This record gives sequence, C-alpha cells and structure tokens, in this order.
Amino acid sequence: MRLLPGKRSEQVPSDGAAVVVEDLWAGYGDRAALQGIDFEVPRASIVGLVGPNGSGKSTLIKVILGMHDAWRGRVRVFGRESRSVRRLIGYTPQTEMVDWEFPVTVHEVVTMGRFGRLGPLRWPTAVDRRVVQESMERMRLSDLANRQIGELSGGQQRRVLIARALAQEPQVLLLDEPMAGLDATIQHELLSLFQELRDEGKTLLVATHDLSCVSCCFDYALLINRRKVAYGRPDKVFTIELLDQAFESHLITLPLDGTFYVEHHGHA
Amino acid sequence: MHDAWNWLSEPFQYVFMQRALLAVAMVSAVSAVIGAYVVLKGLAFIGDALAHASFAGVAAAFVLGGSVYLGAVIAAIATAMVIGYVSRRARLSLDTAIGIIFVGAFALGIVIISRQSNYTVDLFSFVFGNVLGVGWRDLLVIGVMAGVIIAIVVVFYKELLFYSYDPDMAAASGIPVRLLHYGLLALIAIAAVVALKAVGIVLVVAMLVTPAATAALLVRRLHLIMIGGALIGLASSIIGLYVSYYASVASGAAIVLVATFLFTLALFFSPKRGLLAAMRRPAEFYEVERQSARSPPPDLV
Repeated sequence: MRLLPGKRSEQVPSDGAAVVVEDLWAGYGDRAALQGIDFEVPRASIVGLVGPNGSGKSTLIKVILGMHDAWRGRVRVFGRESRSVRRLIGYTPQTEMVDWEFPVTVHEVVTMGRFGRLGPLRWPTAVDRRVVQESMERMRLSDLANRQIGELSGGQQRRVLIARALAQEPQVLLLDEPMAGLDATIQHELLSLFQELRDEGKTLLVATHDLSCVSCCFDYALLINRRKVAYGRPDKVFTIELLDQAFESHLITLPLDGTFYVEHHGHA
Repeated sequence: MHDAWNWLSEPFQYVFMQRALLAVAMVSAVSAVIGAYVVLKGLAFIGDALAHASFAGVAAAFVLGGSVYLGAVIAAIATAMVIGYVSRRARLSLDTAIGIIFVGAFALGIVIISRQSNYTVDLFSFVFGNVLGVGWRDLLVIGVMAGVIIAIVVVFYKELLFYSYDPDMAAASGIPVRLLHYGLLALIAIAAVVALKAVGIVLVVAMLVTPAATAALLVRRLHLIMIGGALIGLASSIIGLYVSYYASVASGAAIVLVATFLFTLALFFSPKRGLLAAMRRPAEFYEVERQSARSPPPDLV
C-alpha cells in the first residue's frame, strides 16, 4: 500500500516519443562535445548511437540521464525533464568506468538498481528482492550471485551491469558500449535480449562501434560526430558518404547478407 | 599457568589501564567502520590531513579554554569541507588541495600555540597520543562521537555503499552523492578526532587505514571489512597495551606497530590475496614443470 499518492512523474504518458532531444549543446570547459544535436526516439525501438571515439556518444548519454548539464537545448524523456523521471531510465556505464576490485557481490550490485526507488531509510522489501532475482535470472547470473564482481569474466561483468539496470524496472535503457570486447556468442545473446526488451515496450539507446550489429538488429541508427551526421533506418544512414563524413576518413562498407561489414581504409 | 594469568591480568588491575582498554575498543570500532571507506576509496591522505588539521582546533581550544574535542571536530570538519569544495570546484587534484590546506591548518595551530608560554603536557598528549591518560570525561566524549558515527553509517549504509562503489551510477539513480561526499568527509574528520587521544595526531591515520586494509586482504565484503577491521584494531590495541606496559614504551606507537605487524602477516599469508598465494601455481603446472625437467626440450637448431 502506498501512503503517499503516486508521483505523477513516475507515470508514463500513453503517447509521444520516449526521448526527445532538441538543439543540444554540451561539453567540458571550452570544448564543445555536442553541437546542436536533435533527434527523437520513438517508443519501443532500439537506436544504435554510432560515431568515432570522442564524438560525444558518452556525453550525449550522460546529458539524457541528467548526469551532465546541457549548455543549451532541451532533453525530454516521456515529455519530462530527465531528472524527474530518473527511475524510468536505466543506464550501464562503460566497463572501464567501474571499480571491479570493490568488495561487493553480484547480488549486491544488482540490488543497487533498487536503491533509487527505495529512497533513504528504507531497506529492500520482498518485491525488491523478487525483482533482483528475476533480473539476475534473466541475465543468467543466479549461480554467480555471491561472487565478488572482480572474479567474473568480461561477459559476466557486462551482464551484471545490465542486470542492475533491469532491476530498476526502467522504460528507457541507455547502454554505453555494452557489446565492446565480447565474443560473438555473448554479443548475439545481448542482441536478442535487446529485441526482447523492445518487444516488451522498452526503448533502448545503445552506444556502439559495431555497425554490423546496428544494421542487422536495431531499428534506427544515430550517426554523430559532435554534430548529428544522420539519423534514420540503418541502411539509410550507413552509406559510404555519411560514414566518411562522420569518421572523417575513408571506410569501406561491404553490404553482405543484409548486414554491413566496415573496413577502415587509411586516413582522409 | 597461574603466572601466565597474573602476567595477563596485572596491567588491567589499574583503573587507567581499564579506561585505556575501553578507549581503544571504541577507537578500533569507529576507525575500522570509517577506515573501510577510507581504504576502498583511497582517502588515506585525507584521513592524515584531517587529523593534522584538527590541531588548529586543539590549539585554539587551549588558548580560549574551550572543549578540546569540540575545537578539534570543528577544525577537522571545516578543513574537510574546504578540501571537498576546492577539489570539486577548482582545477586542482584532490591530492594537491589536501596538501595545501591541511598544512595551512596545522601551521595555524602552531602559530596559535607558540603565542602561549606554557606548553602543557596535555597538549602533547594530543600530538603524540596518551591513551593511558584518558579520563572518564574523555571516554564519555569518545563514546558519544563513536555512537553517532556508527549510527549514521548503519542508517545510510546502502547509500554509502552505492556512493563509494560507483558515484556516477549512484548520482544517476537519484542518490544525493554531493551530500554523501561531504558527509563522508565529515565522518572521517570526526573519526580522526575520536582516535586523537589514543594514538595522537601523527598516528591517527594508522588506526584509520591499517586494520581496515588488513581486513580487506582477508575478506571481500564491505561489512566484513568493517567488522574484521574492528577486531584486528582491537587485537592490535590490546597487544600494544601489553607491550607498552611491560616494555615501558609509548602506548600509541606500540599499538600502531602491532597493527603494522598484523598487516604484514596478512600481506604475506592471506589465503586469496597474499603474496604467497600469488606465487602458488595449479597442480597441472607443477606436473608440466616436472616432466620438462626430466626431458629437456629437443634442440631446434
């Protein structure tokens, strides 16, 4: 039973885009990492966020999360300021940003996904424990629940971060390079998980360097290099001209069996 | 047997030794609980700095005739806040901010005290520690501060865990990380003052860091590091008190040396994270080694 009336911010409006970004500028000191970005992410879709290193992918994710302030422009998640709907936004950082030596278990890290909902002075309830169990089962972590996170393999560590985001029961997931450095089997598992989540109505924005994954399995591709280069269906975005423009060098793209294989080809 | 019992019980027939034991028990508990965060977040230098900075408050309290503990807590917390603010706002590394600010506060303490002609023994008990000189009033103050610190950590355990493990994610989840950042610095400041009288300004950081670091070599859960650190700190303190009593050496330094010795033991012999464990190889490897020793590899050239 809820003693306080449900906060309006927790309710998801029934229509409209999941994420709207308008004329977004953001950066660090005198360096503009994002210059006038705008796009809309429809609900229940998977968007691949693609661009070279330093193109502003992580910054864009952090601004949408409300972790980094925008200089100008607007970010709306379900029509609201992201800080007021932060419970609805799940996030996984790049693995390099995480202290894997910290003495916490898999179960503790996944439980942290519930802390934002719980608020201060409240301990996890039966509901919280159930959601944590389900998130771990979904990411096949149940057998590893009591392991210290530093003892896990790279693929398992990635699954821990996603399980924590799922434990938050988010409507929007912002994933920063969740597939980098994983072997093909685990990548495929993750891709089918993303599609499952989309089919459940969740919206995913996934930063990645893997163009073939985006073109095979994602609904849209957002190509940026500080500015927006292109946004649309992957096959419309991943053209030689647009990719060259974004990566500021020559890439050879090989359309093969409906997916794109990209080869770097010297400097521009 | 009877002699051994006499040897063990003799020091604690004295009331000052009993008070010392109570004091080190509380200091060990608080130092380990806060020390776990200090070790895991790499804040040892801050702990040292806050203990030194508290000297400004100790000196001011001596001159003005106020409570030494209150002065020390105010000076340490003020320094913690300034360090936290400067390191967040200015483009300075945390290290540099600490280095500049704490020596400033310490120097202020020396300036204040050098105006006074009568340097008292009492003052030096704060600099070098004198756990044998702990009075009932000291015990009361230490007890209250220790209770408050441990209560705060228990109440905000899950927020502190999330914040110290992954501040960015915690912030994204709506945990008030700025408040926790300053709050943790304030807790370190108070913990440093709690340990002042027991081991002295110069050695406070050893109580904060050494037992918790020893526990971190042996167990891999935050609360176990706290509990283990408290037990290791207590063992160091008791053994140190015996050494101090029978060898007639300074009590604070004896306690710290025992703690250092226990850390060294853990460093070598910790079953999972010790130096010896790192040198161990699986049985398959030794088997291969034995075989290749028996038959040297063929000449390739």
